[in-house]
Amino acid sequence: MAKADFETPELQEYVDVPELVEDTMVHLSPFVAKPDHNTDLNFPGELVEDWHDKALAKLDDLRGRFRSLQVYLDSCVKCGSCTDKCHYFLGTKDPKNMPVGRQDLLRKVYRRYFTFAGKYFPKLVGAKDLTRETLDEWYSYYHQCSQCRRCSVFCPYGIDTAEISMAAREILDSIGYGQKYCNEIIAKVNKIGNNLGLPGPALADTLEGLEEDVEDETGVAVKYPLDVKGADILLVTPSADFFAEPHVDGLIGYGKVFHEAGVSWTISSYASEAANFGMFIGSYENMRRVSLRIRKAALDLGVKRIVFGECGHAWRVAYAFLNTLAGPFDFLDPKYPVPQHILEFTWDQIQKGNLKLDKSANDDKVLTFHDSCNVARATRMGDKPGGQLEIPRNVIKAVCNNFVDMHHDTIGEKTFCCGGGGGLLTDDLMEIRVKGALPRMTALKNVMEEEGVTHMAAICAICKSQFTKVLPYYGMDMNQIVSIHQLVSEAIILTGQNSGDEEDEEGDEEDDDPDA
Amino acid sequence: MAIEIEGKTLETDEEGYLVNLKDWVPAVADAMAKEDDLELTDEHWDIINFLREYYDEYQIAPAVRVLTKAVGKKMGKEKGNSKYLYALFPYGPGKQACRFAGLPKPTGCI
Repeated sequence: MAKADFETPELQEYVDVPELVEDTMVHLSPFVAKPDHNTDLNFPGELVEDWHDKALAKLDDLRGRFRSLQVYLDSCVKCGSCTDKCHYFLGTKDPKNMPVGRQDLLRKVYRRYFTFAGKYFPKLVGAKDLTRETLDEWYSYYHQCSQCRRCSVFCPYGIDTAEISMAAREILDSIGYGQKYCNEIIAKVNKIGNNLGLPGPALADTLEGLEEDVEDETGVAVKYPLDVKGADILLVTPSADFFAEPHVDGLIGYGKVFHEAGVSWTISSYASEAANFGMFIGSYENMRRVSLRIRKAALDLGVKRIVFGECGHAWRVAYAFLNTLAGPFDFLDPKYPVPQHILEFTWDQIQKGNLKLDKSANDDKVLTFHDSCNVARATRMGDKPGGQLEIPRNVIKAVCNNFVDMHHDTIGEKTFCCGGGGGLLTDDLMEIRVKGALPRMTALKNVMEEEGVTHMAAICAICKSQFTKVLPYYGMDMNQIVSIHQLVSEAIILTGQNSGDEEDEEGDEEDDDPDA
Repeated sequence: MAIEIEGKTLETDEEGYLVNLKDWVPAVADAMAKEDDLELTDEHWDIINFLREYYDEYQIAPAVRVLTKAVGKKMGKEKGNSKYLYALFPYGPGKQACRFAGLPKPTGCI
């Protein structure tokens, strides 16, 4: 099973805009959600009989609720700016993977039923009836969009394909045609508290194991606390951080930073997930339900601050929506941002001189950094514009001697998606994941060849898993992807750490932590 | 989908995982491995048995680090890493080994 039945694109010096080949990806659709996953999310179990009318009613409802959607559907002038900006188009040549092509799948139906011209002169304005074929096309191509919003950076009208894709998925869910990967996972969060379905006792066992490992390695009893009432900080991190590699090395790093900062912190078994797939399926209600778990955990544990771990879309939900979804957070300490990103926390500690760092611990690597789409284009860190791009790099440079950026058209706000975001990180979509990774793989290969880069750091669980999986398709090594806090973890010298070799001479200035 | 084991038809999901975990017998692992062009050795079985025991206790597959640590303790430190596990289960210890062991597929951002 799971053998590749598609060709991995060949890496060239740069990604050429391909000549169009129609329908190269029309065969690819993710597995459909099982009835109980749908009903857990308050959607019909399976495709309803009157799906045609229900789908149109939902579209009508959404364009009323979200003014942005109506504007996006109306305002495209077919200028062509977006056409070569999507990684999935560049990797597949399929015109329906051009942002405008993707938008038009919904737009043509909108025009047919909700505009004067489309009702009476459909052919003139590209308006089309909603048919079963259209529905299947929506299901296929709206699950070939990672909602990364790169195209929207280049659209002169600011049309955000991600929102159109979210709306389409919401329509599909509302008629019982949901995606297995997302809906099964959201149902698990509602039942168990995280995407993995990792129950409290397993989480406790895993964290205890980490404590043992860190103490074995350093001689310092760094704690990874669970459900500690009265702790100052609630850490909300993607459950992949407990489970997978390289993610867990980042979690070890967060714990070391908290330890050295001298703050008390805890993970919650009830809200043991930062990810919020409610955003991927465009469901405000589900996004809210998942967010409310964080509020409840913060109240039950009596924490003063909430800090998010390395997770791209979670930081978008947290930064942009958490307060309206689950606020007000007036019970938290107003001296700190609500919520705060772990990189903001760590950068702050570095600037205050609270962390003792040995950069040479990472001298075996030359690093580059992959900006996560949701962090780069939808959020901020720190108190200056662009902080979400600068702070991760500042932290890397504070813990590593060798850092090089990839080509400027592929980073920052123009960053290319890893290829697995937006609910596509599932084996049944491997073909689009591999092909969509083409632009990032090209940029990485170039800095490897030209600058000797050996590793790429990321700050998103999806990016880390996606790259681990797709790097080998492009002849690179899965271990080249690392977490930023893994780098921090390597460089940090814990107070009282047994150094293994020489440097015991530092007993004099033990950086104690007056503030933090 | 389904898999034929010892004259019985066992239901599997679209990705080849057993639908009913209670259906599992060792022959399931052998049959699934054969489909993946793998021959199961004692080393494979050590992992599969550990996964099943862990699942019994915690209702979830072990985290990669929990697994590598257990393997390292039992079979020597040089084997306690994911490289060793990937050599045994090329499609990933989390996913391929879980399938052979009759556990549900781990989900999430992994």
